[in-house]
Amino acid sequence: MSTEPAQRDLGPAEPAAAFDPVAHAGHASHPPRMGFFTDTSVCIGCKACEVACKEWNAVPEDGIELSGMSYDNTVGLGASTWRHVAFIEQIVRPATPGGGGPGPAAGAPAVGGLSTGGLSTGDPATGDASRWLMSSDVCKHCTHAACLDVCPTGALMRTEFGSVVVQPDVCNGCGYCIPACPFGVIDRRKEDGRAWKCTLCYDRLSGGLEPACAKACPTDSIQFGPLDELRERAAQRVGDLQDAGVAGARLYGADPDDGIGGAGAFFLLLDEPEVYGLPPDPVVTTRDLPRMWRHVATAGAALAAGALVAALGRRAGGQV
Amino acid sequence: MTSHGGDDQAKDVGPADAGRSAQPGWLMRTGGPADAGRREGRGRRRGGQRGEQLMVPRAEFQSYYGRPVLKEPVWKTPDVPGYLFLGGLAGASSAMAASAHLAGNRELSRMAKTAALGAISLSAAALVHDLGRPARFLNMLRVFKVTSPMSVGSWLLAAYGPVAGAAAASAVTGRLPRAGAAATAAAGVLGPAIATYTAALLADTAVPAWHDAHREMPYLFAGSAASAAGGLAMLAVRPAHAGQAVRFAVLGAAVELTAKSLLLRRLGPAAEPYQAGLPGKLMETAEVLTAAGLAGAVLAGRNRAAAAVSGVALLTASALTRFGIFEAGLASARDPKYTVGPQRERLRQRS
Repeated sequence: MSTEPAQRDLGPAEPAAAFDPVAHAGHASHPPRMGFFTDTSVCIGCKACEVACKEWNAVPEDGIELSGMSYDNTVGLGASTWRHVAFIEQIVRPATPGGGGPGPAAGAPAVGGLSTGGLSTGDPATGDASRWLMSSDVCKHCTHAACLDVCPTGALMRTEFGSVVVQPDVCNGCGYCIPACPFGVIDRRKEDGRAWKCTLCYDRLSGGLEPACAKACPTDSIQFGPLDELRERAAQRVGDLQDAGVAGARLYGADPDDGIGGAGAFFLLLDEPEVYGLPPDPVVTTRDLPRMWRHVATAGAALAAGALVAALGRRAGGQV
Repeated sequence: MTSHGGDDQAKDVGPADAGRSAQPGWLMRTGGPADAGRREGRGRRRGGQRGEQLMVPRAEFQSYYGRPVLKEPVWKTPDVPGYLFLGGLAGASSAMAASAHLAGNRELSRMAKTAALGAISLSAAALVHDLGRPARFLNMLRVFKVTSPMSVGSWLLAAYGPVAGAAAASAVTGRLPRAGAAATAAAGVLGPAIATYTAALLADTAVPAWHDAHREMPYLFAGSAASAAGGLAMLAVRPAHAGQAVRFAVLGAAVELTAKSLLLRRLGPAAEPYQAGLPGKLMETAEVLTAAGLAGAVLAGRNRAAAAVSGVALLTASALTRFGIFEAGLASARDPKYTVGPQRERLRQRS
């Protein structure tokens, strides 16, 4: 894969102060780090992103089944689902103690299911606060990417755009990246044996195009661009929403100081991350690896010492 | 802003809000499809005692239709847990063989070298078989990365396999004794690394039960490996020559039991995957067998049958421990509460 700097002008470079995973990966001069800002407040659940991704990347069919999970029939990201639209129906029933229906647990306030205002809230006239959340999930292209760290073959690599990509001609299907990912994004394709995930449409980027999902999104819920610009735009947007009374609006993955060093693909959510199936506080597992290696070294030394001590035991005359 | 009835709650935004309690209430229930994206009551209780059972489940954790946050590892059973056991057996056997070689115990040394070669050969076969693309196993040696325990392990295996083989070949044929001694020493040094690096292999993942166990797991694996290597020798070598193996096994079994109990105690409620269901049964059986094998090893003396039975108990226990730890990891990845609960708790404590 080429490591030459792209010739197109994709925007200003990142400030020198921030950790630059692209330079760290060996791309001496490179275009600005590119990413996604997925603003779920304007997602309409059309799944054009899912379709465009599949078409462009020739991703195989991922099961034609009805899941019963609202309009979500792809269920989650996986080896053959690189964009996934989540649908969350938050039905708020009037407070009728003892009333039936799949409301919150007994004893809980009936409106306990909803503390956050949303754009898709129901009818203010009737006081119905029900809402339908939709969100297009994707690989986070982490600054500190566990999948890339643990890959033993070097199949996973950081591109000059800052995205994290699997090289299918190198991957031997060891499967280590799969439990390493704190978001459960990457997976192995059964019939193929290799690990697959979103490439941030590396081929399109190389040709000066934006990724297929962002191109297809009719509401600009999926925005593609230099990460710096996206972060500024997202901060503005979440501020606007909060000012407008959408108290539940928050950014997810936009903070460079979080457990993964900030995501290359981050989100504006209207509820807690786990409601969308996202981990509330993801941490790159390799952060603790130095400590693991120290314990492994100590344990290994102890094992060797134990073997020697056991051999000495007889001469010392001691029964264990 | 739409009215929600509970106006004070409208401002309750942010990670610090859910599951406010002294104990990790997220353990109490698992979000099923009916809980999809729904909060279950936000009653606040303070001063709840550890382990206290509440009548009404609190807002412990939310999930997306009860779906896992993480992907379950695709590593196969028995390939990978089998490798954890066999790799440990091989590595500890090499360490024991080297010290027996030094002590002049040829019978034990030869048996342990042969066992190490057999176990590591089966290990390598299991690892290649577990790959999605077995024909590409050599890609493992394409790069060396300390950030990947699997890469480190591949290089360790590449170095260890041949020397373990040479040590065994020399011991069995009696040829090239000097080269055999050098190979024995090399295998004795690399063996402990083979037996313990697998702890980092499991722990260096997002799987809660594995990652959270990263402090104790290397010691647990070292103990379990010594117990297995000693146990096999008690089975295969006459008691007159097995004194060293008995001491090694006893030491290992004691470390295994201690590390396991420390691990479970430190994890507290997060140790549940190790205690419930299939992994719980495996771990429990392993513990009973380790204790029995340990007692048997101490008491058997020159009774060959008793020593052999104790050895089998220790070997079985070591294998069951690895299968139990492996299955516990899968269980903790499968249920979103083990991912979301502790992370929520972490955020709550931080704020």
